[in-house]
Amino acid sequence: MTVTPLKFYQVGSFAVGNRLLTDEERSEQSNPNRVNALTSGHRACQGCGEALGARYVLDTAMAATDGKIMAVNATGCLEVFSTPYPETSWRIPWLHSLFGNAAAVASGVATALKAQGKTDIRVIAQGGDGGTVDIGFGPLSGMWERNDDVLYVCYDNEAYMNTGVQRSGATPPAARTNTSHASGPEPGAHFNQGKFLPLIAMAHHIPYVATATVADLHDLEAKVKKAMTFRGARYLHILVPCPLGWGSRSDETIMLSRAAVESGFFPVFEAEHGVMTSSKKIRRRIPVEEYLKPQKRYAHLFGANGRPDIVERLQRIADHNIEQYDLVEKGAEE
Amino acid sequence: MAEKPFAITLDVGSSLANKTGTWRTERPVYVHRLPPCNDACPAGEDVQGWLYKAEEGAYEEAWRRLTVNNPMPAIMGRVCYHPCQTACNRAQVDETVGINSVERFLGDEAIKQGWAFAKPETSTGKRVLVVGSGPSGLSAAYHLARLGHAVTIRESAEQPGGMMRYGIPAYRLPRDIIDAEVQRIVDLGVVIECNAKVTDIPAVFAEGFDAVFLAVGAHLGKRAYIPAGESARILDAVSMLHDTESGEPPMLGKRVIVYGGGNTAMDAARTAKRLGAAEAIVVYRRTRDKAPAHDVEITEALEEGITMHWLSTIKHIDAGAVQIEKMQLDEKGFPQPTGEFDTLEADSVVLALGQDCDLTLIENLPGVVIDDGVVQVADNMMTGYAGVFAAGDMVPGERTVTAGIGGGKLAARHIDAWLRGDAWVHPERPNLASFDRLNTWYYADAEKTQRPRLDAARRADTFDEVVQGLTAENALFEARRCMSCGNCFNCDNCFGVCPDNAVIKKPDGTYEFNLDFCKGCGLCAHECPCGAIDMELELT
Amino acid sequence: MRKQIEGSQAIAQSVATCRPGVICAYPISPQTHIVEALDDLVRRGRIEHCEFLNVESEFGAMSVAIGASAAGSRVYTATASQGLLYMVEAVYNASGLGLPIVMTVANRAIGAPINIWNDHTDAMSQRDSGWIQLYAQDNQAAADLHIFAFRLAERVSMPVMVCMDGFVLTHAMEQIDVPEQEQADAFLTPFVPRQKLDVDNPVSIGAMVGPEAFTEVRWLAHHKQLEALAAIPGLAEEFAGVFGRRAAGPNDHLGLVTDYYTEGAETVVVALGATIGTLEDVIDELREAGTSIGVLGITSYRPFPSAVIRERLQHAKRVIVLERAFAVGIGGVVDADIRMSLMGLDIAQNTVVAGLGGRAITRASLRDIIAKSIAGDVEPLTFLDLNEGMIPA
Ligand SMILES: Cc1cc2nc3c(=O)[nH]c(=O)nc-3n(C[C@H](O)[C@H](O)[C@H](O)COP(=O)(O)OP(=O)(O)OC[C@H]3O[C@@H](n4cnc5c(N)ncnc54)[C@H](O)[C@@H]3O)c2cc1C
Ligand SMILES: Cc1ncc(C[n+]2csc(CCOP(=O)(O)OP(=O)(O)O)c2C)c(N)n1
Ligand code: SF4
Ligand code: SF4
Ligand SMILES: [Mg+2]
Repeated sequence: MTVTPLKFYQVGSFAVGNRLLTDEERSEQSNPNRVNALTSGHRACQGCGEALGARYVLDTAMAATDGKIMAVNATGCLEVFSTPYPETSWRIPWLHSLFGNAAAVASGVATALKAQGKTDIRVIAQGGDGGTVDIGFGPLSGMWERNDDVLYVCYDNEAYMNTGVQRSGATPPAARTNTSHASGPEPGAHFNQGKFLPLIAMAHHIPYVATATVADLHDLEAKVKKAMTFRGARYLHILVPCPLGWGSRSDETIMLSRAAVESGFFPVFEAEHGVMTSSKKIRRRIPVEEYLKPQKRYAHLFGANGRPDIVERLQRIADHNIEQYDLVEKGAEE
Repeated sequence: MAEKPFAITLDVGSSLANKTGTWRTERPVYVHRLPPCNDACPAGEDVQGWLYKAEEGAYEEAWRRLTVNNPMPAIMGRVCYHPCQTACNRAQVDETVGINSVERFLGDEAIKQGWAFAKPETSTGKRVLVVGSGPSGLSAAYHLARLGHAVTIRESAEQPGGMMRYGIPAYRLPRDIIDAEVQRIVDLGVVIECNAKVTDIPAVFAEGFDAVFLAVGAHLGKRAYIPAGESARILDAVSMLHDTESGEPPMLGKRVIVYGGGNTAMDAARTAKRLGAAEAIVVYRRTRDKAPAHDVEITEALEEGITMHWLSTIKHIDAGAVQIEKMQLDEKGFPQPTGEFDTLEADSVVLALGQDCDLTLIENLPGVVIDDGVVQVADNMMTGYAGVFAAGDMVPGERTVTAGIGGGKLAARHIDAWLRGDAWVHPERPNLASFDRLNTWYYADAEKTQRPRLDAARRADTFDEVVQGLTAENALFEARRCMSCGNCFNCDNCFGVCPDNAVIKKPDGTYEFNLDFCKGCGLCAHECPCGAIDMELELT
Repeated sequence: MRKQIEGSQAIAQSVATCRPGVICAYPISPQTHIVEALDDLVRRGRIEHCEFLNVESEFGAMSVAIGASAAGSRVYTATASQGLLYMVEAVYNASGLGLPIVMTVANRAIGAPINIWNDHTDAMSQRDSGWIQLYAQDNQAAADLHIFAFRLAERVSMPVMVCMDGFVLTHAMEQIDVPEQEQADAFLTPFVPRQKLDVDNPVSIGAMVGPEAFTEVRWLAHHKQLEALAAIPGLAEEFAGVFGRRAAGPNDHLGLVTDYYTEGAETVVVALGATIGTLEDVIDELREAGTSIGVLGITSYRPFPSAVIRERLQHAKRVIVLERAFAVGIGGVVDADIRMSLMGLDIAQNTVVAGLGGRAITRASLRDIIAKSIAGDVEPLTFLDLNEGMIPA
């Protein structure tokens, strides 16, 4: 009997695959022949969001370009856990130079490919938040400004993890790190500090800027695919929980990414040529507390000596995001 | 290309030599848990299992998987009170899966397509007599036949089906449906002899049967002592329904009072209406929510214009009039008389106060114990008389078609074992797939445009036959709402979320953990939507 | 073709004949004229299949160079002074990764105080960076050594710095035989990278190496330099064969040093870069006056040709090392390398630090200090023309 396919599946739009979907509708990660650009045997911590995010991005990019991807990596966890001599976990052409120069090195690769007439090969630069928003920002801004044909991916785990969890320009307020201790009257990272790089990227008017998390694979993959349809500089900023630095359970990496989005604390959106074109709507809104509580880096905000006042300030950030990035469906039933 | 720089340039994928599995303190294991629907089904249906097939549109496979436990889905899809749906985890997300309506769809589809049961490959040479062709008898006969036994059903009535035919009215269960599903069992090789009342068990054994299964049901309408005038017209519901089915409907008059609050009372009242009564009134001593009838039955009765007199007992019946007393519930919820009386006009009174069993067939058999009007059976469903088993309405327990089918199935397994001089042991029940184990994030919400269709799907089981069952599309749609509680449904989440690529997706779509690399982070288990992965302590 | 041409223009044209794939640079005096000229050449299509990239910093420039080289392109960049220091992290990285990048260092002083004029402090700071360093004595050599550098870099898969004195050479108009395209093509072999990013043959470049293999990696880096040392003489011959002149200049010896009357000289002045020209003039006068003196110019400072230098200097009585940089707190930079090369020989040696931050090195001053040195009337470390009077007490 022929059955008319319906758009309603148990899990169609949220899970990785689902046998009921056609291959095109499934995520690249559900493909048994996915590239596994970052393969087994790497030394990332259990439940590392960065390891997950990197494979998601590169496998998708590989699929989108018929396997024609080269990657440049900044120093940081991703680099260290993937390529300790004598073993590498990469299965694609990959180059690590320094902590702060991934964007420029990638520009070099892209420029060389252009000179060689091999523009079918595409270049991805990647790094942690420290390597991206802080030390690597100069070269990154240069790459953007020149509109070099590079997709830069920032795996934002909100601190310098590889060196043992220190504050970066992407560490959120109140978060504890080893250089923003949970001590004193203003515990954790300071409010009114830090930067949100996607907005700065947009200010460069580059063709494509997007944020994503490892919780919504379909969204992430769609963005990587979309990024590959543009020529010129593109920026993808992915929130990747770090069990070690966040003090979270290794099995909660995805749950926390989801909670970051559902609370509005991390806005997921995309922009083209400097203008926001869409944002991912919150599906089941939760208070920031639900996102913060499972993480030990916020432990000082809760319990007997907790700081509800600070939680309230963080909630205001989420509320503000919801407004600024239009994160709640208009007229949505609550 | 010249030699690569030592230590700086490495060959791709070489980290496969680094077996990170040694980091693990916990290991993931795929488990099968018992979904609450399966757990709640008296017939022991593998609901999640057959829905899984239906989700693919593989209806025949779904039907085959369903009929492993229950041979009559078209009937069940109409009359079952679907405790599966009451238990369904999806109710805690939005609304319960319309399991029953999909079941009916599959049953109807099977009839339409003429799907037949696979015949047993070998025959055991054993003969079993089944007494009674109600759901319990039919079910036992079906299961015994599939196990290779030669089965004969003897039925005292003119046609097979038991209460399904002579109790449940046709507007709820069309007779061609019964005929079709019974015929399919006959086609399997079961012999049904009608108008063949069994009266002597030892004689049956003498005839050469190796075992006997009794499922004679409960057909005697309970009588209560109610003072009544000479000319008062009083009937019992079971007889009334039976006679109606036999083509000899009783004369009820214009105003009919049905006494009782169970499903039989509702059927009697609705049948009375269909037989021409202008007014049918149900009188029951407690409130609506305390009535044993299912809510849908009451709703449908009300929709059909039946009047309800809750909190009332009949005190006296006379020709044309019935005196009732108002009741009041005490703290414990029991009805207590108030001393307030009222009189209702009535041409006849139908008593629907429950049924008793006619156990004359066995009451004198040595060893058989009858208690509280029902036959006592051992754990293996055998009566005190060796080789005589029993189930259905005649044994203690729930009196529903579904329970009858479940009892028949169980009895068949025990009989089969007993015939081999063995004992059948119920396989260990897996742990329950409780709601808290689900990660419901992954289940998509129905889109608004699809809601009406969903509603139709869910309500279909409550419609009478005027409205047809689900369309194929709706059935598919509804089946796909199942969350596959506790059983992998190949959503690829584990395969996708493992940061270490330690999940292998096999060509058949199932998965396996690669323990060489699994670090035991637990992400797969956490993100498994249906809770089909457990983390177990690594014992090293 | 012989032309009257500014040094920087000559370099640009010479580099152009090497058919680089990627050129990138960040402006800093006195390197600017070179890259300005190259931008124009690329835009005019005078260098085929070449991209010119303006980057945001020298760190970016060297990083782009690293990426482009790793992707298999021939890469050129240029810098000086502060710019060289700004890119240091990447400078070390390029050599660590074994990428055959060629970079001009238009030698300039390092601040503070900021000073745009010539000395060798910038390049000397990178002597241990793993790069090959070639010093040009004049603009002809500067132009030729760039072509030579690409060949050498690619031969051993190591980056090469061509050091030329800022302003003194870069901005000087001279008659030069600008290399012809056919000559460059005949000398350079197609670039076959030892490793590269390749989608058909993927590798991971830039692994993390711990104590278990780091020493071996460094040992190999040293051996790469020795490999270069061994390769240079042959390549120098080849160059001469193609161009009809020696890359390092007419006085070239093995491509490693330049030799001006060192044979049998009692006194030898050792120097690098453009000073050698001035020195040769002074030596001419002194020799005419009967002094037994010669000049040894170092072309290949890294790798350091110790054996050749020892062979050239072994019979000298005195060696004067004239340096345009110095190691603060001890003295000569090159001086120490010479001492090591002459170890065990009874040769007097003194260091003269000269021409810092663009101070002119006059013949008179040179005559004076040479005379004092020969007379043994010098400190081991002398600052040429030091005006102590202007230093506040
Ligand atoms: C009006 C009414 C409506 C109901 N509606 C529903 C419903 O919607 N859903 C539901 O789940 N349940 C319903 N039930 C209950 C359900 O019908 C019974 O629980 C079920 O049929 C019991 O099955 P059984 O096989 O035990 O007995 P039965 O169905 O009663 O069958 C027993 C059979 O044995 C035969 N028999 C008896 N004695 C002998 C003998 N000596 N020799 C040969 N044959 C003999 C009888 O003729 C009968 O055919 C309803 C019951 C009634 C009365
Ligand atoms: C120039 C330089 N400064 C500092 C370091 C030390 N360092 C290496 S990795 C790292 C932290 C990386 O943090 P981030 O970029 O956020 O990546 P993560 O490890 O968190 O993924 C630091 C500080 C370095 N390698 N180079
Ligand atoms: S420290 Fe954090 S980012 Fe680094 S490997 Fe561990 S989990 Fe990943
Ligand atoms: S969702 Fe499916 S498996 Fe779970 S209880 Fe409901 S019908 Fe059963
Ligand atoms: Mg980080």
